[in-house]
Amino acid sequence: MASFIGYYSLIFGLCTSLFIIFFSIKNFRNSKIFDIKIISFIFLQFFFVIVSFFSLIISFINSDFSNETVFNHSHSTIPLFYKISGTWGNHEGSLLLWLLVLTLFLFLFLLRSSTEKKQYKILTLLFQQIIIIGFFIFVIKTSNPFNFIFPAPVEGLGLNPILQDPALAIHPPILYLGYVGSSIVFSSALAATCLNCITKQWAKHIKQWILISWIFLTLGILLGSIWAYYELGWGGFWFWDPVENVSLMPWLALTTLLHCILVIEKKLVFTSWAVILSIATFTLSMCGTFLVRSGILNSVHTFANDPERGLFILVFLFSLIFLSIIIFIFFHKADNKNTVIFFWLSKETSILINNWFMMYFLAVVLIGTTYPIFLEVISSEKISIGPPFYHKLIVPFLIPFLFAMAIGPKLKWIKSDIQNKSYLVLFLIISFLLSVLIIKNLNIDFLLNSILITSAMFLFFTTLREFFTREIKNLSQNLAHFGFSLLILSILLNNIFSTEIITNLKVGESFKSKDFKINFEKIEQKDEKNFKTIIGKFNIKNINGADVVFNPELRIYNQPNIVTSEADIKTNLLSDKFITMNLVQNQDYFNIRYQIKPFMIWIWLSVLLISLGGFISLFQKRYEK
Amino acid sequence: MKNKIFTTLLIIIFFIIFLVFYKGLENSNIYSPNLNVEKSIPLFEAKILGENKKINSKDIFVENEFYLVNIWASWCVPCRDEHPFLMNLSKQKNIKIIGINYKDKNKDAIKFLKELNSPYQTVLSDFDGTIAIEWGAYGVPETFLIYDKKIIKKFIGPLNQNSLFELKKLTQ
Amino acid sequence: MKLFKILLVCFILINISLSKAQDNDTHSKITKNLRCLVCQGQSIYDSDSEFANSVKILIEKKIKNGENEKQIYDYLKNRYGEWILYEPNFSKNTYILWILPIFIFLIGGFVIFRLFIIKKN
Repeated sequence: MASFIGYYSLIFGLCTSLFIIFFSIKNFRNSKIFDIKIISFIFLQFFFVIVSFFSLIISFINSDFSNETVFNHSHSTIPLFYKISGTWGNHEGSLLLWLLVLTLFLFLFLLRSSTEKKQYKILTLLFQQIIIIGFFIFVIKTSNPFNFIFPAPVEGLGLNPILQDPALAIHPPILYLGYVGSSIVFSSALAATCLNCITKQWAKHIKQWILISWIFLTLGILLGSIWAYYELGWGGFWFWDPVENVSLMPWLALTTLLHCILVIEKKLVFTSWAVILSIATFTLSMCGTFLVRSGILNSVHTFANDPERGLFILVFLFSLIFLSIIIFIFFHKADNKNTVIFFWLSKETSILINNWFMMYFLAVVLIGTTYPIFLEVISSEKISIGPPFYHKLIVPFLIPFLFAMAIGPKLKWIKSDIQNKSYLVLFLIISFLLSVLIIKNLNIDFLLNSILITSAMFLFFTTLREFFTREIKNLSQNLAHFGFSLLILSILLNNIFSTEIITNLKVGESFKSKDFKINFEKIEQKDEKNFKTIIGKFNIKNINGADVVFNPELRIYNQPNIVTSEADIKTNLLSDKFITMNLVQNQDYFNIRYQIKPFMIWIWLSVLLISLGGFISLFQKRYEK
Repeated sequence: MKNKIFTTLLIIIFFIIFLVFYKGLENSNIYSPNLNVEKSIPLFEAKILGENKKINSKDIFVENEFYLVNIWASWCVPCRDEHPFLMNLSKQKNIKIIGINYKDKNKDAIKFLKELNSPYQTVLSDFDGTIAIEWGAYGVPETFLIYDKKIIKKFIGPLNQNSLFELKKLTQ
Repeated sequence: MKLFKILLVCFILINISLSKAQDNDTHSKITKNLRCLVCQGQSIYDSDSEFANSVKILIEKKIKNGENEKQIYDYLKNRYGEWILYEPNFSKNTYILWILPIFIFLIGGFVIFRLFIIKKN
């Protein structure tokens, strides 16, 4: 029953598009004001998608295995929370989430644009409808979440245990609010280009949507990293895996766009570039969807791969890009007459530098992710591109980038005179050169690390200092930059000071190092609703007396029959202690990994600070000073 | 004029990228190392199953003879499936089958062979899996056809009717 | 001035502790740079599969034997192809890979310079 409603709701949602388009074109042509009927239809479309989405959730909750999607991704013994989150933890359900965000954002956008020009609103919604219709067709034709299986199986295939985690459960909705939310920026930019109204007012108007999308995207990426850290059992949180890169690329483009918009709010420069960035952000989101769902790339978290779906997205994606290129070329008028001239030492320049570096970082990630595809098609050779590539190309460039982040906000618009500020920089440069000479270990890695830490600390202190000045000019920007410096510092220090021991222990044995002793005391077995668990009891005695008990687990899930290793992590402000226990084939000992990772929690906190900066900016009325 | 050149260039690049992705979709995602190159067999030393003495690969492989190197384990289910095919091949006079027992316990391996009979002329023990790596294998079962101390053909996964047919053809 | 002094002190302190913490664990470094061939996107270091464990043991043996990183990478590359290495080498297949980003960076700088900086008063 629920599947029936869900399916037809989707069909109705698609049909609503016809009404929306009809009334929109009619309203565009006539001289009346914006037709409120259109908003009602858009709400109706959103309503149909929500009904469809809830039907799927209900099917999951009821473990209705006559629904193919539920059968493939759920099981009657899974806890309720994961039955619900299983709805979007698969290809078909996540596409419903896409539709949900697409229609929701369109609706909210129109609600909040009551003071905008009618033609602009209509064009925006028409472009958004093109995307929405594309996804409706994609879902109904190739990825229907409401397929029937007859006869209905008694039990489902189960949800992959590593997806049964709270962070991962809410990761897709949050991520999609960001990822898919950038669609409205895309549509709006195209509309504004057509009408040649890329103005300060447009910038001010679109800024809030860029911010909302950006905040959710940042949080979504954070959740994904936290999940990887806790669940995947290896203590890492970023692996430059294609799926991770695919979420990072829109984030880079969106951050760059955000900085651009800040300039356009004040004066009309970089407008063509802002439009290109708006198009690029959503294009990257869609490109990411293509890369991850078509099976073209090999990754840790790919969905079920299906080249037919891949082909559809590929054609859809390229049609959108083609459309955007055509619109841009034909409609965009470069504003040569409006060029405002600014001095080389000014805030505009520092934002230019930001854009320059961000685009470089984006290029590195994009090339690194897609190059293997090109190479394989052209020469049938398969290569892997992993962390060493990205580190080598990105890390050195972070140094000038961090310095620019520290100095940029201090410069004034149009022209800044060289006051006491530059002496600070000069002193710092001299000082680190001196320090490096003093500390004679001139290993390249070490040198790079120390300069990197210097630049991060420089940013850290300059932004920190701002918090204590009497009138804080830009709390949001300062918070975000401060958060970023903290992020780089935490990652660096964590990398340098992490220690790990890997050893094989039988029950009752111990491992002794000079700082601590690990006692493998015993194992306990327990039965839970959908898995059996073997809990290892470890007691770790530190030199300074403190005794800590750890309980890592080995879980044997019933359906699907997978064994996962659950780490036990003790977190405090200074460091995380991380222990995992793994089975060794055919042996009676376990493989134990114990890691001490300093400052882990600061990595998460710093990203939260960055999002907080963005969040505060939403409520700031004043311009960027 | 400059704009037109730029635009056409952009559109050309656009189509090239589209074509590459389109072709990329057709390529399989699963990687298997190049199966066609004729490589020399590795040199290694290993213990014979159940015994303490080691034997060098130089002493096992002779020129002008066909050998089948089969990596197996008692805990490996597909290895049981391919066992009848190996028994069939062991009856062929011109092939000598060498087994490499992968990451197994001696007594389990010996029990397996007692239960199902051994197609192997010699069985070597690879306790830690490093000998399999010497051969460029990454799982069980994997089988290599050797002639003149060169790897002629590699089979990944259990042998089946087709591979049996192919092996018979290659070793006539 | 005060800020600068604080910065200087912090910097020297960190550098001193850096030199103590530098731990060249070659084994970890190598295994992090290798792809686990039977897993979906994990390194040998992170993986617990049979294959990964065997590779780890093999690398340990080779390091004890005195082999250096390049020799170990070549050994594995010989048997499994480029696919097993996470750092693409710099060969005719990958010139574009390494140079294109740098090229883009330079183009970006060039564009900015021409369009904006030239106009300085």
